[in-house]
Amino acid sequence: MAGITPSQTVGPFFAPALTPGKDYPWHQPIANDLITPDASGQRIRIEGCVLDCDGAPVNDAMIEIWQADASGGYAHPADSQRPNAKFTGFGRAGTDAEGRFSFSTVKPGAVAGPDGKPQAPHILVAVFARGLPRHAYTRIYFSDEAGNSADPILALVPPDRRGTLIAQREEKNDSPAYVFDIRLQGENETVFFDV
Amino acid sequence: MMTLVYPRESLSAFSGHLAPQYQSSRKRAPQKPLIIMPHTLSELTGPVYGHETVQPGDADLTRQHTGEPLGERIIVYGHVLDEDARPVPNTLVELWQCNAAGRYVHVVDQHEAPLDPNFTGAGRTVTDAEGRYQFLTIKPGAYPWGNHDNAWRPAHIHFSLFGHSFLSRLVTQMYFPNDPLIPYDPIYDSVPKESRQRLISSFDMDATVPNWALAYRFDIVLRGRQQTPMDSH
Repeated sequence: MAGITPSQTVGPFFAPALTPGKDYPWHQPIANDLITPDASGQRIRIEGCVLDCDGAPVNDAMIEIWQADASGGYAHPADSQRPNAKFTGFGRAGTDAEGRFSFSTVKPGAVAGPDGKPQAPHILVAVFARGLPRHAYTRIYFSDEAGNSADPILALVPPDRRGTLIAQREEKNDSPAYVFDIRLQGENETVFFDV
Repeated sequence: MMTLVYPRESLSAFSGHLAPQYQSSRKRAPQKPLIIMPHTLSELTGPVYGHETVQPGDADLTRQHTGEPLGERIIVYGHVLDEDARPVPNTLVELWQCNAAGRYVHVVDQHEAPLDPNFTGAGRTVTDAEGRYQFLTIKPGAYPWGNHDNAWRPAHIHFSLFGHSFLSRLVTQMYFPNDPLIPYDPIYDSVPKESRQRLISSFDMDATVPNWALAYRFDIVLRGRQQTPMDSH
């Protein structure tokens, strides 16, 4: 068995290669708008800030998300016939000077859980930043989902910390926004998972 | 679809979130206990960026501008493998680095070394059917940083890989053999002793191109191995 290659911090200088903006050279961007013409379901925005232990904005983080489509299916390139086939389910965003990030996507459907029972709709998140030798995994749940109370993963989290995983719905213009701040450390530290 | 398992024990090759000698981690590294959770369909799937994602030439960092960048031209290549040493084919490999003088194009980098108008320092490729990748670039320089008094980063190249699932996602850094700065680097040093050698590429005389470029080999092993009968119990 081969030992895995260790993780190293993404550092402060990834933007020209990894996130669309100045000097970004790629024709096929990996970006923060996941919506495709064929994507069914409710259009939503995810908005948030990344903060350090002092509550100071982290202006050089990269957030990646991975989610199911509105019907609860994960993208699979071998299956071009399925609905939402163009929806990749993956997005990437760098934080701005105020530590903010955002995604335009669709609300994911429920997907199967560890014992076949459904998990409440959720989005996986990987947080990369200068100062993080390895990325941190967390999850976004949605404040308007009744299924949260029966979700098998949320149930593993101490009740007083579950709130850090639940994005709060706000009505903005024509589509709802879910606010999900990521507190890397300190009071109200976001729950991160050992996966 | 290939079913892989991702033993948590393999992560002992990584630094923890907090690496105290690396100053930036002190205010940013999560400190509360991580929540151990089973791997569900969400974790066991992941994005697929294949050959349609890249354009010919994306892996050649020496030809992205009108002229050629200054510096020592090098080939950086290797295999992307899983924990069973099986190739990981058709997976996106992203790369970024500073120029030969030790300066990144990023606006935040204000190190007093020249920018090179012919070098962005960003590359992309997709592994072939045998899990191989190759870039043509120039050797990055060392540069000072503010971690501690007279701190210098050893020459390094940043890599980003996806692999078979969201759990195999990896961002890492490749170093060069015999770099005298490596023992002083708190980022390299954050990795457990047993696994940190895996971050150092090897000089490969056989892969050099005479009168053109030296070559460094950097094999990358991602999380994931085949399920054994024992795992299903």
